[in-house]
Amino acid sequence: MDLENQKRVKEFAEKYGKDKLIVLLGAAEGEAAGLAAETVTLGDPTYAGPLAGVPLGLQVYHICEPEVKEEIDPKIYDEQISMMEMVLDIDDIIEEMTAIREQL
Amino acid sequence: MNQYSVIKGVGYTLAITPDMVLHNGTTQTVERERNNESEYLKNITSHIRSYEDAVNYIPNQIYIGNEKPELLDEMEFPWYDKKFDGSEKGKFGDIIPEDEFYGLLQICDVFELVKLEEKFSCEVKAKMEKSILGEERASVLDKNGGTSVENLEELVKEEAAAPLYFEGKLVGAIKRAHEIDVNLSAHVMTENLVAKASSVLSILYMLKNNSIEPAEIEYVIDCCEEACGDMNQRGGGNFAKAAAETAGLKNATGSDTRGFCAAPAHAIVQAASLVRAGTYKSVIVTGGGCSAKLGMNGKDHVKKNIPILEDAIAGFAVLITENDGVSPIIRNDVVGRHTVGTGSSPQDVLTSLVTSPLESVGLTLKDVDKYAPELQNSDITKPAGAGDVAAANYKMIAALGVKKGQLDRKDINDFVIQHGMKGWAPTQGHIPSGVPYLGFAREDLMAGKIKRIMIIGKGSLFLGRLTNLFDGISFLIESNPGIEEKKETYNETEIKEIIANAMLKLANEILSE
Repeated sequence: MDLENQKRVKEFAEKYGKDKLIVLLGAAEGEAAGLAAETVTLGDPTYAGPLAGVPLGLQVYHICEPEVKEEIDPKIYDEQISMMEMVLDIDDIIEEMTAIREQL
Repeated sequence: MNQYSVIKGVGYTLAITPDMVLHNGTTQTVERERNNESEYLKNITSHIRSYEDAVNYIPNQIYIGNEKPELLDEMEFPWYDKKFDGSEKGKFGDIIPEDEFYGLLQICDVFELVKLEEKFSCEVKAKMEKSILGEERASVLDKNGGTSVENLEELVKEEAAAPLYFEGKLVGAIKRAHEIDVNLSAHVMTENLVAKASSVLSILYMLKNNSIEPAEIEYVIDCCEEACGDMNQRGGGNFAKAAAETAGLKNATGSDTRGFCAAPAHAIVQAASLVRAGTYKSVIVTGGGCSAKLGMNGKDHVKKNIPILEDAIAGFAVLITENDGVSPIIRNDVVGRHTVGTGSSPQDVLTSLVTSPLESVGLTLKDVDKYAPELQNSDITKPAGAGDVAAANYKMIAALGVKKGQLDRKDINDFVIQHGMKGWAPTQGHIPSGVPYLGFAREDLMAGKIKRIMIIGKGSLFLGRLTNLFDGISFLIESNPGIEEKKETYNETEIKEIIANAMLKLANEILSE
């Protein structure tokens, strides 16, 4: 995850509290989604950014996961996300995201 | 003359710069600053490949035109470990080694900033005299007489010069152009000279390979991603005119167009419009490469035990001229654009760039034979977790086709194969952005193999921290239908028909009143 984004996530967690924050990802690959999810839960696996060694343990989902999809107005989801649903390997993304959440 | 402008010629070049990967790529320089003893820095040298391996690398052979992109469809992935017999001489331009590139940096330096060690300089000069640069330009290297390694070490240590290494040895230095101004620091001057030099090289090959006289060129648009200027005008420019001078384009002026990775597409639309308007007869669009991006994904490549594949400074030059009746035409009247109000979802972006311009002239997605979006080499991006960028673009275009009712969902993969291609371009931002395909597109359009292509440029403007907006621009290129002759004479029957139609129109108007 971009170092600047790590900093912002860390600041939001401090400002609003970890329990009141959900990180929503839009990564196009399972691996990239998994890395971002790991960064905001267990800490930056590359040890390069502000979240290195900082296990925030935040709730994290990908926009294409069913838990998120059912919370969104279907019309808006169709306009904004449905095209990408056809493109992305959703099963791979769900698998990566679930694997990270199970470590919490 | 209200005729479309045409793609008259292309030039594509690569400079293989393994030492610059270590000393100028930001992934490496940032790592050195943070943790000089890191495992990555200890291991990276063993992942640097030889010049021969870089020349024989299939995506590089495609970039300079010796092989066609279709070859990648036949090759088993990954490509970096496949043996191939390539050549540094390319149909669209050459691959040059790092020592000659340093010589070129000095040729492009008119402020005495580049210093090369005397013996190294003599050896490079001998090679460059026989190259496209020629004896006159190579004679610039004569000024290195008396420059020793000790002199260079002193410049680096005492005057904050940027060192130039070749095969691990200090062979040159680029001095700062001002003591205080960071915009003229040795670091910035190095990046700007790299961009200028790689642009010059591509312009020279474009001219040579298409038998174009330098004096014919009237305007140059540079679309690289660097900025040149001083503390009072940080991005003042002008890379275009600076490169034109070294390339000997004495009748040209020029200017710079910026837009991150979308800049080449913006620049080509501008050039095509300038030529069609009659402002200039011939315009070169050029972009030099970026030393900061060398080894950008090096950490992932080392971690996955593959060579550092981002070891090339790329450049390109495209000549756009008045309609010659033969070369492919640029449809500057069918331009897709991502506007301020477009929105940022992939769906919004692709609608604005792909389907909207096509619909404006009654075309569908299938009417475009090939799409050229971001053509990044997936050998580089996949191990770095960024996937196959080109394939992702094609899948998105196809998925949009499904949303628009132009394609069945089951046909997505076929559409990707038929209308797409595998990416081969170095990951240097603006370089992969559609333009690497122009050379092959020109050939196939002129041979009648295809009729219409679309170039799609996309830019991530948030990187400049002035806006979070996305950007993109696209345009069509079509095979040339021939110049339409304006009809000057009419026969008697035609005159009678014109008069009859006019009288009928008049009669109808009177009746309707």
